[in-house]
Amino acid sequence: MNSVILRAAARLLVGLLLVFSVFMLLRGHNEPGGGFIGGLLGAVGFIVYAIACSTDEAREALRVPPEKIALFGLGVALLSGLASMLFSDDPFTGQWLFLGATEDDKGLPLSTVLVFDIGVYLVVMGAILTLVFALEEEI
Amino acid sequence: MSWVLSLPLLIPFGAAVLAFLLKDRPSGAWVSVLGSGAMLIASIVLMVNVLAEGVIAGQMGGWPAPFGITLVSDLLSAVMVVITAITALAVSIYALADVRPRIAGLGYHALFQVLIAGVAGAFLTGDLFNLYVWFEVMLIASFGLLVMGGSREQIDGGVKYVALNLISTILFLTGIGILYGMTGTLNMADLAVTVPEVENQAMVTVVAMMFMVAFGVKAAVFPLFFWLPAAYHTPAFSTSAVFAGLLTKVGVYALIRMFTLVFVGDISFTHEVLLWVACFTMVTGVLGAAAQNDFRKILSFHIVSQIGYMILGLALMTPLAILGAVFYLVHHIIVKANLFLVAGVASRIAGDTALKKIGGLYAFAPLLAVLFLIPAFSLAGFPPLSGFWAKFLLVRAALEDGHGFVAFVALAVGALTIFSMTKIWAEAFWTPHPEGKEPRLSQLDAATRWSLLLPIAGLAVLTCIVGLFPEPFVQFAERAAGQLLEPTEYIETVLGARP
Repeated sequence: MNSVILRAAARLLVGLLLVFSVFMLLRGHNEPGGGFIGGLLGAVGFIVYAIACSTDEAREALRVPPEKIALFGLGVALLSGLASMLFSDDPFTGQWLFLGATEDDKGLPLSTVLVFDIGVYLVVMGAILTLVFALEEEI
Repeated sequence: MSWVLSLPLLIPFGAAVLAFLLKDRPSGAWVSVLGSGAMLIASIVLMVNVLAEGVIAGQMGGWPAPFGITLVSDLLSAVMVVITAITALAVSIYALADVRPRIAGLGYHALFQVLIAGVAGAFLTGDLFNLYVWFEVMLIASFGLLVMGGSREQIDGGVKYVALNLISTILFLTGIGILYGMTGTLNMADLAVTVPEVENQAMVTVVAMMFMVAFGVKAAVFPLFFWLPAAYHTPAFSTSAVFAGLLTKVGVYALIRMFTLVFVGDISFTHEVLLWVACFTMVTGVLGAAAQNDFRKILSFHIVSQIGYMILGLALMTPLAILGAVFYLVHHIIVKANLFLVAGVASRIAGDTALKKIGGLYAFAPLLAVLFLIPAFSLAGFPPLSGFWAKFLLVRAALEDGHGFVAFVALAVGALTIFSMTKIWAEAFWTPHPEGKEPRLSQLDAATRWSLLLPIAGLAVLTCIVGLFPEPFVQFAERAAGQLLEPTEYIETVLGARP
């Protein structure tokens, strides 16, 4: 689509959507959100860009082929599940690290659950973009 | 225990990631072979554990049942996972020579491994919603494999396949929703406890029928089978072999699991329906096959007909019948996958799969003829091959249960199976090639020949072993059937298993 208005708006929207997708991913642990919805939002960001400019430019902005992103995400999610093997827990049991924890403050909680969610984020974003780019280029 | 249970799932996923990274190189195909080999080892370890300790269960993420996702394996699950790994190994070796580099570059081997993970997941899960997820994993991967290459008839078959499977999925999901509304749980073992306590048993039967239709589409039973012959003859031979061996059996497995564990409240109704479905499936499948003139189309219709036998075992619901169904499942996966692999070699050296256009295989490729004969005769139920024992057990179960007519149908369908196998034999193997070609195996170079014939020979040997020494396999199936009909151990292990 060749529209100046859309292209101008896309500049703003794409950045906003991508930042919001990361926000959703991080917020997802205790509130609505998470890797799946975050990944969808991230994909929407690039889809808007692809519609406003072209799929070629969107692919260029993405730098990595979307199907690689999806498979990389699958690998990340898988490894986060395997991490619990080191601590002889059940598969996919969350492993936690509380940075700077004190008696009454838990500090900054880091966990394999977050890593898993990042994996999901990448799988969803990569898979959706693979499909949408393929459909866009067909036309 | 949890790791023993989850490794047969995690290995194919890992192999998928690696195979995708190496998709443009020949090593990608070898990753798939190694992954399948590792999965086979993991599944044998699982089997040994199940044999030693009985049903084993594990809670993913350490969340206890019925709240978290449970993986659970009784003997049926374990043997299905082992046979999945064997099929995966055979087909991935075959795929070394069968899958062209262009298709491999699209990610064939990665998708293949994802499909195997989906199948193994469906066999191992103890949670209905999780089963739905594995069905979706399988559907996505199989759709990718089906249309890879993008010919017109592939897309045509693929669309039918996806459309019908989506209908099945929607029904399945609706059933899950209603069941959850009634019982508040989706853990299968927990359902086995809570479903009999539901006040509105009529509604339970309605849900049971929804599940029957949903799984029936997946298993390709009458009258929901027509997506299968429309799709299975189009993709690469290794794809159709793994589909033929495994995909429909997941539907059969899900039927067996749900209708022995959860929906046993109104057997006189549900299993009566299954009995009729089984008869019609056997008959329509074999008649469809008799009308076909293409190697793979005949085999596709035979899948439908054979599914009927397994459903028959489930429908009769006696210990002997369930034993027969379990035996049939295992026998059929080996034989059917093998026949599709043979079809691939035949088409490769003789030039086509349409029976009119090929011939002369017996004169010029006698080895292939023998390798075809073993699974073909086994499928038709010739003694002493595995198919004979499978059919024998089921027919005897039907007679003992007083279903003389059903036994007659099963035997007649066996005879018709021989008829269409003879058709393939006569047209493809005995008559001379219509163009005067000499289809020799030596046309293929040595590496191709090995990677195509080794898996076929391996599976044929397995068929012979099961046929010649049925005793341990029947005993095993008997134990598996015992666990299915007396699910107390299953239920107690799942609900009692704490991380």
